[in-house]
Amino acid sequence: MTNQTMPRPSIFFRFVRGWNKHKWSYFFIFPSMLLFSIFTLYPVLRAFVLAFQKVDLRGSEWAGLANFEDIFGSKLFWSSMQHTFVYAIFVVAAWLLTSLVVASLIQPLPNRIQSLFRGAFYLPNVISIVVISLVWIWIFEPQFGFFNYLLGLVGQEPVRWLQNPRIALWSIVLSTILIVPGSGVVIYSAAIGSIPKDYYEAAEVEGANALQKLIFITIPLLNPTTLYLMVIYTIAGFQIFERVYIMTGGGPINRTTTIVQLIYQTAFSDFNFGRASAQGLILFAIIATFSIFQFKLLSSDVEY
Amino acid sequence: MTMKTLAAKTYERQSVRNLRKARKSLPRILILLLLVTVAVVSLFPLYWLFVTALTPASSTVRMPPQLIPENPTLENVIEMIRISGTGEFDVPLTGWSIKMPRLLLWFVNTAFITLFSVGFHVLFDAMAGYAFAKRKFPGSRLFFWLILAALMIPGQVTLVPLYLMISKFDLVNSFAGVILPGLADVIGIFLLKQYMQTLPSELEEAARVDGASEWTIFSRIIIPLSTPALAVTAIFAFQRYWNSFLWPLIVLQDPDKFTLQVGLSYIHTSEFGTNYGLLMAGAALAAVPMIIFFFAFQKYFMQGLRIGAVKG
Repeated sequence: MTNQTMPRPSIFFRFVRGWNKHKWSYFFIFPSMLLFSIFTLYPVLRAFVLAFQKVDLRGSEWAGLANFEDIFGSKLFWSSMQHTFVYAIFVVAAWLLTSLVVASLIQPLPNRIQSLFRGAFYLPNVISIVVISLVWIWIFEPQFGFFNYLLGLVGQEPVRWLQNPRIALWSIVLSTILIVPGSGVVIYSAAIGSIPKDYYEAAEVEGANALQKLIFITIPLLNPTTLYLMVIYTIAGFQIFERVYIMTGGGPINRTTTIVQLIYQTAFSDFNFGRASAQGLILFAIIATFSIFQFKLLSSDVEY
Repeated sequence: MTMKTLAAKTYERQSVRNLRKARKSLPRILILLLLVTVAVVSLFPLYWLFVTALTPASSTVRMPPQLIPENPTLENVIEMIRISGTGEFDVPLTGWSIKMPRLLLWFVNTAFITLFSVGFHVLFDAMAGYAFAKRKFPGSRLFFWLILAALMIPGQVTLVPLYLMISKFDLVNSFAGVILPGLADVIGIFLLKQYMQTLPSELEEAARVDGASEWTIFSRIIIPLSTPALAVTAIFAFQRYWNSFLWPLIVLQDPDKFTLQVGLSYIHTSEFGTNYGLLMAGAALAAVPMIIFFFAFQKYFMQGLRIGAVKG
């Protein structure tokens, strides 16, 4: 009866009621969502449009797949892909290895010494890559640099670390892996610390040595951590820019150009914004593949 | 029977432990030695930065290099300040400008951009984190999903569209052009949401019953309870903005507007680019605040990493 006499609240009324109930929630997310829409969402959508346009400072016109055709037909693109992959693969492998080794060597030490080491290994990681790269240029300096001084001590000829086209990329890789990634050390060390001691004691009763314990207990139990670090380091590796920009500028003869360096050059030296956007999308595709991986990893319940 | 095996096991374990102690002392020294070596290699570039910055210019280009500076001096820093020239810092909104050496100007610019960005960042992230953690509203899942998706987008994708936008609004070469797009970063929202979800809801509800406004609940209850997570968010944001390079490099074109990182790369490509004493002095100026910052907040750095490792 009442149902028939009382009309359903109008859409307008329900909207007002909903608004009154939820206005504070929208107020709280408003600044972030506004900034996010203007400075992330819109630019991402725009990048998809720009990638199919011919754009310069004067204006834009539709170009179909021309940008992608140009990119995939360009030697420099493929060599910068190659440089980026080489850099990422070697750096990720070395970072995982060194941080795992350091974290497991730290583990048996007393707590205070452990945190001292963690601090020492983390410290260089808070410094900007620009500063670190400038120091490396100085260390790599052919005449008075520290590395060639060390080579001289063992009677070797000086090496032109950043000037020799065949060596430059490897010098950049070397400069990256010689600084132990502090994040890896801290994260591995936390993960190792939460492995139950019983496992190791049981293994000792069975007569396992330190190496066997590492291979059969520690490493398998650290799988989720390793996967996590591998993904974030790979993503970081693919985005390498500052080191290249500062240390070599992509040279000598483009032998150290990486994808992001190429995007930067295409956009801000050649002012070819369409092609740069297309290159950005290709990088996006590569990184998204790895991120989806990470997403799956994080949404599954990883417990240590 | 069980007693017997238990006793046997305890005995076994004890003997294993004694054996371990006896065998451990030598390997332990070796392990320490190895760790110290790796740490020395890892810290060497930083050490070399300060040694070179403090070595008199004439001794920088000398073989063998001085591993420990014989006559440490600040002359490189002073010379660096001199050659960088002078510039003016325009105090925003007042029309005042302050004349100072450019190196210090870059320092002030960086500090200004960083503090502004961190402040707004933490406030906005906390507000959004609170809404997503504690409040149910239509569209919350959609908005949060958008944020998660945004975490996957590398900054280089939006580089060109953002630059075009900034030049359209005439923000090239302005601090606003550097700061505004940087505020769209969403990782802090994610971190704070995760933390705020763990807070009990009773306090909020009690305050609401007592007639407290929603803003009071947020600022008087949620914020104080979330201090550790806010500190972690602020600290990582500080590091990110202080060290930020690519975006300021694109936006800022007038040397008076440069940040330290952009200024350093500018000096590196200038006529003084091969004077490593000077270059390292400038680089040291960019590094020192981060080092002090690290030692002051080391605890939060480590906590933040662990939160990141468990929850992304």
